[in-house]
Amino acid sequence: MNPAALTSTTEAIDPVFMFIFGACLVLLLAITAVMLFFVIRYHRSRSPRPTSQVAGNLWLEIVWITLPTLLVLAMFYYGWAGYLSLRQVPAGALEVTATAQMWSWSFSYADGRTSNKLYVPVGQPVKVELVSRDVIHGFYLPAFRVKRDIVPGQKNQVWFVAGKPGSYDLFCSSYCGTNHSAMISTVEALPKAEFAAWLQNSGKGKTTGIDGKKLAEEQGCLGCHSLDGSSGAGPSFKGLYGAPRDDGKRRVVAEEAYLKESIREPGAFVVKGFQPIMPSFDHLSEEEVSALIEFIRSVK
Amino acid sequence: MTTAPPDNFWNDTGRTGISSWIFSTDHKRIGLLYFYSVLTFFLVGVALGLLLRIELMAPGRTIMGPQTYNALFTVHGVVMIFLFILPGFPGAFGNLVMPIQIGARDVAFPRLNLFSWWLYLAGAVIILVSLFTGGGAPDTGWTFYVPFSTRTGTNVSLAVVGVFILGFSAILTGVNFVTTIHRLRAEGMTWTRLPLFTWSLYATAWVQILATPILAITLVLIFSERVLGTGLFDPSRGGDPIMFQHLFWIYSHPAVYIMILPAMGIISDIIPVFSRKPIFGYKMIAFSSLAIAAAGSLVWGHHMFTSGMSDNAVLVFSFLTFIVAIPSAIKVFNWVSTLYKGSISLEAPMLFALSFILLFSIGGLTGLILGAAATDVHVHDTHFVVGHFHYVMFGGTGFAFFAAMHYWLPKFYGRTYSQRGAIVAWALMFVGFNVLYFSMKVLGMKGMPRRYYDYLPEFTTLNLVSTIGSWILAIGLLIMLMNLFRGLFRGTPFTGNPWGGATLEWSIPTPPPTENFIEEPVVTHGPYDFTGTGRP
Repeated sequence: MNPAALTSTTEAIDPVFMFIFGACLVLLLAITAVMLFFVIRYHRSRSPRPTSQVAGNLWLEIVWITLPTLLVLAMFYYGWAGYLSLRQVPAGALEVTATAQMWSWSFSYADGRTSNKLYVPVGQPVKVELVSRDVIHGFYLPAFRVKRDIVPGQKNQVWFVAGKPGSYDLFCSSYCGTNHSAMISTVEALPKAEFAAWLQNSGKGKTTGIDGKKLAEEQGCLGCHSLDGSSGAGPSFKGLYGAPRDDGKRRVVAEEAYLKESIREPGAFVVKGFQPIMPSFDHLSEEEVSALIEFIRSVK
Repeated sequence: MTTAPPDNFWNDTGRTGISSWIFSTDHKRIGLLYFYSVLTFFLVGVALGLLLRIELMAPGRTIMGPQTYNALFTVHGVVMIFLFILPGFPGAFGNLVMPIQIGARDVAFPRLNLFSWWLYLAGAVIILVSLFTGGGAPDTGWTFYVPFSTRTGTNVSLAVVGVFILGFSAILTGVNFVTTIHRLRAEGMTWTRLPLFTWSLYATAWVQILATPILAITLVLIFSERVLGTGLFDPSRGGDPIMFQHLFWIYSHPAVYIMILPAMGIISDIIPVFSRKPIFGYKMIAFSSLAIAAAGSLVWGHHMFTSGMSDNAVLVFSFLTFIVAIPSAIKVFNWVSTLYKGSISLEAPMLFALSFILLFSIGGLTGLILGAAATDVHVHDTHFVVGHFHYVMFGGTGFAFFAAMHYWLPKFYGRTYSQRGAIVAWALMFVGFNVLYFSMKVLGMKGMPRRYYDYLPEFTTLNLVSTIGSWILAIGLLIMLMNLFRGLFRGTPFTGNPWGGATLEWSIPTPPPTENFIEEPVVTHGPYDFTGTGRP
């Protein structure tokens, strides 16, 4: 695919904004100017009595029904055409799966590489499959004018292409609970060669041993479970291992079996004072869960 | 009301004290009950809004944690929408004025009318209780989107019961008003002599009757989802969360027109009076109210362009959304044309009415950005939307409500307020309003999502500006209320027809007699025929 021929989503959407904003601005200024002129010109101090009792004019009504109708139909058409360009994924797009959960992002690539930032190559369109583990989230890239809700049980997708290297904001746009506003990440657009190197390096790292800390970051654990003892949406990892736990009915000690259950089936035991909001991480392998527990044990 | 003539609705001869109000079937007393109830909740909503703005004044934690913030914006929305705007115009000014405008002694079902107020009160109390019991104040946003609303530990179940009861209050008011307008018009009050405020209430009442039951069903479904675990919206059990959004907006978009139509009606009543000219295009304005009510019922999907709904649905809903813009534009053009060659006096009701036109236009025009599929995608769920609907709901309905307060309340109290105080308050509110909400639109264009407790450094300046705007607006609001109520209770007497209105409420004594009309009125002229009304 020739990158020069590729219209980015931003290039497709911004002219629509310009057209509608421009038309609206002209209309608003015209209405305001006429209104102000009438209010000043026909103020009681200048116009002590009304000089007309006209109660309507059919031709004027026809004109100001017809012209706005044509104008809004034009807006509708441009809006629709722009929307189609957001929906038609160009050929040769890189496929990434974005997994959203309260309140973190995880991006996975074809070779199994995962990351909590969305790394993309400059100039190549990227198609993002959107998966939610719990509630509805929203995938929003303001710089690329794209947004799509991430609905559990539904296959939604977006595409975009980064024209220049750089770091771009990625927000969760659909309200998803306590830390909704902290559910942010970035798109890291790298030159093609750099991106290829990143993908390869990290792909290799994956096969040898599992880094529990890295996994905790990637899976978004640290969004709710702090490392410094401060209380977030969930209990801090600091000093958690071996500490007594109480859900109001039972008391246990946070050891291997308890932590495993809490990762795979968080609703089974919810520590007093916290909401039952953690999603299940049953998709992790035995080795990954063990690595996470090992990491939690290390946070003292 | 010591100076008022003895025969007026303040001197009810039956019950005394509080029971002469809360068990009264007089539409004027019920109107005032509604007025003070909705005003109280409006002030609660304002206080919550100010707290939200203080929290957003700077990034990070300012005065509250994220869970509190999420609960506050939910309660702000629920209180403002279900306890202020929706019942506000029909309940307060519809009750106070509409029966008099059509020459009736009361509404068709006075006891049902009182029952509606009691239902309103019951719903409001249940919502208030839900804030302080169970898992605490709901944190779902006023939209109650599933699956979040079915799994949050906060007290959503009780809150939806409250809203459910409020819905019945709205349906019964709608039935009452439609019947009243059909059956109780005085001799000579033909459909083309109906004041435009009453026309707008008529259109609104139909939306209340037809759309509110769908809200009731939706709320029952959330309740059963939470309590019985029915799984209707849970994809892992064959349900669909998007179906909830359809059900919710099938009601909640028409509800927007319940909020704005009566506001358009009051503007259509005020502008001719203060221009001394008949309204321009009476039939077009009346017809466009019905057109908005009808077409507005078919555009709900424009809240869901990014939801994953099919592209065909996006096409149809975007098209219909642009169609519904046309009757609104017709109204604006007719209001402005009414000013032409008039004799305009800029008293408080007129200032609020003229600023309504401007603020509603800004709100409506930014709505076109949201109606176009391509541009909606970028600004959906951002502060742009928050700015947009505050321009329509607050700049539109809110300012029209203030216009109605300054226009009609002196008629019912027999005393009036200081014009100078009202104009100072209006100016502060107009400036504060635009600083507050225009900043939000810019923030949304720059990509700041809504319902965000915290934000990135690039959004700091505009958030601070917006918060400062909220303080200017609040000061103006405070001055307005103090000036108005000081005037109503202790101001100069208001007698006869000082505004020179031509609708029937201006033909009866001030304050109105209990039975409204001393003798059965016979209507011989239109609502905006100002010959013989005192003023030029």
